Amino acid sequence: MNPLDLLARLGRLVMSVMASFGRVTLFTLDAASHILRPPYYPRELGIALLNIGWLSLPVVGLTAIFTGGALALQIYAGGARFNAEAVVPQIVAIGMVRELGPVLVGLMIAARVTSSIAAEIATMKVTEQIDALVTLSTHPMKYLTAPRVLAALITVPMLVGIGDIIGIMGGYTVAVQNLGFNAAAYLQNTVDFLETRDVVSSLVKGAVFGVIAAVMGCYYGMNSGRGAQGVGRATKGSVEAAAVLILAANFVLTGVFFSI
Amino acid sequence: MIRMENVHKAFGDNRVLQGMTLEVPRGTSTVIIGGSGTGKSVALKCVLGLIKPDSGKIYVDGKDAADTGDRDAFLARFGMLFQGGALFDSLPVWQNVAFRLLRGSLKRPVDEARAIAIEKLRRVGLKPDVADRLPAELSGGMQKRVGLARAIAAEPEIIFFDEPTTGLDPIMAGVINELIREIVTEMGATAMTITHDMTSVRAIADNVAMLHGGVIQWTGPVAQMDDSGDPYLDQFIHGRAEGPIEAVR
Repeated sequence: MNPLDLLARLGRLVMSVMASFGRVTLFTLDAASHILRPPYYPRELGIALLNIGWLSLPVVGLTAIFTGGALALQIYAGGARFNAEAVVPQIVAIGMVRELGPVLVGLMIAARVTSSIAAEIATMKVTEQIDALVTLSTHPMKYLTAPRVLAALITVPMLVGIGDIIGIMGGYTVAVQNLGFNAAAYLQNTVDFLETRDVVSSLVKGAVFGVIAAVMGCYYGMNSGRGAQGVGRATKGSVEAAAVLILAANFVLTGVFFSI
Repeated sequence: MIRMENVHKAFGDNRVLQGMTLEVPRGTSTVIIGGSGTGKSVALKCVLGLIKPDSGKIYVDGKDAADTGDRDAFLARFGMLFQGGALFDSLPVWQNVAFRLLRGSLKRPVDEARAIAIEKLRRVGLKPDVADRLPAELSGGMQKRVGLARAIAAEPEIIFFDEPTTGLDPIMAGVINELIREIVTEMGATAMTITHDMTSVRAIADNVAMLHGGVIQWTGPVAQMDDSGDPYLDQFIHGRAEGPIEAVR
């Protein structure tokens, strides 16, 4: 292939990625402005809080407890290679709170909530319900996007906090029941080792991941193509984008909080 | 009351409206006919601001529709029946009908909004027990009626009907046509309907406009439609495959 053609293709790809990034940024800023400005839709916010927060609890809890348990087993087995089995409580705590809690909750929210938001809004778009909202003097960003993004901003940090605790309890259960750790000493080591910065970083990550998950669902839904295929593409694209952005944001935030 | 002047709209290479000019007088029912994909829905959506025209002007009561100032107040003058109903799946029927009355500048107390919704449902021939059902639990004809009830709930001055009889059996289509005619007459509203159902045209229209090739090919009173002498309109209303309108086989 002609090197110039290759360069042109690369240029187009970069331009396309930058343009998408710009559109998502503007969409996010628009959503933020609608969250701040009246009218507000408390009923829609309540439904979003229920769907994103309360109804995600089972999947978050199950993910966290199994991950915490597996983490304890891995650290115990790995630590045994250099006589460091005793660090299980500390590593489970730091691993869950700093990384696994927020990332796994973020990814579960992307799978459960982003897909659901994208499919719902995309279906509303292809069935002209979004146009109907406009003709009924209701701004779709205010009615559909703002409550979902605000609800994710509020509930996902809570879910991360709960996931962290359940994950640590999963590790605790395995360590105490199967690995012979003393229950009180395990908890004491966990509490002593965790710092405020660990917990704050976990909750901040949760808030950022929640916003990413909700914004991606709304963005892809609002920009869906026509028909069932359009809804399918919007749903798939929203989950892919949310998952990648969550992992990228996790890397950046970890650097911000813990770079030495 | 509504005037479209030289409106152009293209989607990529597809030039849908190519200088559409149309006038809809106050208190009349104008039906826009034309084949599928000729831009009838696009024209309606341009008036409402759902689609921005590439060029041309649209006036409502002499004021530029693109520069309305208070958008909420502008849209409050309109009601629209969408082709597929466009009812909100997550809301019960009465909240769909009373949607505008539960929020925004026309907000009323919940009890009053519900009472108005039930009255509008009754007006379109639906019983009060439908009010608490979800749209998915209704037949296509009932959904169309609920959409009609929602369009008239706030007693708008201007009502748009997008393919009101598409997908309905002939009897239900007749019922909807009669309802539209009655409601427009009793409310004194200005109506704009798009359809390719000629039975609907004859039942609803005061005036007919035929959209073809992105422009209004013919316009006039419904009574003159059969003797227009326009070959395009003639081919369309008689459903002939031969004529100036190319039929894709």
